Amino acid sequence: MSVSVIGGPKRESDLKIPGTEVRKIEKDLYEVFIGPQHPGSGHMRIIIRVDGDVIVEADPDMGYVHRTMEKLGEIRQYIKNIPLFERMAIQDACNVTVPYVLALEKILDIEPPQRAKYLRSLLCEINRIAAHLYGFGIFGVFIGHSTMYMWAFADREVMVELAEKLTGARLTHSYPIPGGARRDMPQDFPQAARKAARYMRRRLEEYRKIFLDNPVMKARMEGVGYIPKKLAAELGVVGPVARASGIKYDARYNDPYDAYDEVDFEIPVFEEGDALARAWVKVEEIKQSLRIIEQAVDWLESHTSEAPIHDKFWAKSPPLWKKVFEKEGRVKLLPMMATMKIPPGKAFARGETARGEIVYYVESTGDSIPYRVRIVSPSARNAIVFKYVVPGHRVMDLPTIYGSIDYFPPEADR
Amino acid sequence: MVEGLRFMKLSEEMVRVVIEKVKKELGDLVKSVEEGKGYISIKVPLNRLREAAVKLKNMGFDHVKSLTVTDYKKKGVFEVMYMASSYLDEELSRIIVSLTVEIDRNNPRMPSLSDIWTSVEFQEREVYEFFGIHFEGHPDLRPLLLVPDIADLKPLTKDFIVKEEPIFKS
Repeated sequence: MSVSVIGGPKRESDLKIPGTEVRKIEKDLYEVFIGPQHPGSGHMRIIIRVDGDVIVEADPDMGYVHRTMEKLGEIRQYIKNIPLFERMAIQDACNVTVPYVLALEKILDIEPPQRAKYLRSLLCEINRIAAHLYGFGIFGVFIGHSTMYMWAFADREVMVELAEKLTGARLTHSYPIPGGARRDMPQDFPQAARKAARYMRRRLEEYRKIFLDNPVMKARMEGVGYIPKKLAAELGVVGPVARASGIKYDARYNDPYDAYDEVDFEIPVFEEGDALARAWVKVEEIKQSLRIIEQAVDWLESHTSEAPIHDKFWAKSPPLWKKVFEKEGRVKLLPMMATMKIPPGKAFARGETARGEIVYYVESTGDSIPYRVRIVSPSARNAIVFKYVVPGHRVMDLPTIYGSIDYFPPEADR
Repeated sequence: MVEGLRFMKLSEEMVRVVIEKVKKELGDLVKSVEEGKGYISIKVPLNRLREAAVKLKNMGFDHVKSLTVTDYKKKGVFEVMYMASSYLDEELSRIIVSLTVEIDRNNPRMPSLSDIWTSVEFQEREVYEFFGIHFEGHPDLRPLLLVPDIADLKPLTKDFIVKEEPIFKS
């Protein structure tokens, strides 16, 4: 009697499942895959090669949350792109969409009324603080400081609620539209904003004590991820990363938009260029944002309320729209906007989000959908840091560098 | 912390000065220099692109903000714009110049500028996967965001049409 084996592995090669082939690696160099499942890098993978525990090569592997925004932008009406693009960074929604709106306004050749400019800048700064706190929290937990994580996320709630008071939505406000903003400031907003500013200032002092001046944390941040000024310019890094390396560049200052040329604030610039300096830039920026918020609120309070939208659109709106505005302070989305045709033209606009500069290039052929929208988000430009700055550091420094550049995958992948 | 920065709106005068500078520096390299909305467009022939890029970099345009490609299917060309600006020169940082070339849509090859502007390296990879443009001399030309089989479809060209669910379409 013979026994025949039905099924099961017959040869050694049958044991191999496709895609699990093993290959030998060179002596002493190991390839380590960090991510994409959140060991300090959600939605993104960094492939590093290590010699001992020194990284000799790093390759950022992005694209896990790519949502084809540029392509989708080409098949949707102009106005529908606003809620789409703000999905890049939901807690930073206004900052991300304002430059797109600016580009459209450049083609339309209109300028929003003063009140709309202040309202937009007000929300932009609230968003900036919320996004910085988010980044701070993630940074804290990356390098093992869970208190910072808890505190920053709890305090971010203050800013999120402030944004809700102003726009009606906690995140993804869809607030700026071509020619203006969607809502006027509510009556009780100024007190809330001033209270939040006082609270935030007090908290920043506590952040300094527990995190920035904490000797344990300082030891992990100081001198880590050093980017010299020249290299920073060459790599084209943006936002706090560039300003921590001594580059005096901020889109709000170098190409002022909205109300930024009227309010008084400073651009914090540090020369050290390491992870600690990048953390400090964020703290100083939050302080400046609080200043802008207070000034914007003062201005809005002392000027009479009017519809924060360009007359070109408002004059043609039906009476119901005006009634809704008088009653609720809300600019109901105008019907003409839904099918709005933008005259043929090309425009380029830039704006400063919390993580750095975002640029838009919009091309119109006179249709109601754009011919081309090009977006370059700050994290996409900062990703190059992984390749050029990380090698030479130890594996334990990688989370510090990652957290300090505040890399945000959904924004980088677009 | 460095303080005391002053705001200055970009004036027409400042743009004109830069246009004159660019014209003088690039000389016969350029086909045309025009002022666009938010940028200055410098058109150059493809075979002199690298020369022009080196000259712009020496002028102080030290990084590229956006590598923008537009597909003009009817004309049969891709328009490639290197939108550069400056970090180290404060005056130039207010200006954006776009170094523009047109390349054949059916044979999309052009020299890489990543050795001149390191900041463009990842964006060239992005353009490679979305438009299929080959950058000759790029150190590491492979897809950045997409998986290779999707990148083969060249999703951002106008040939790629987004299919929508036909439920509400008769």
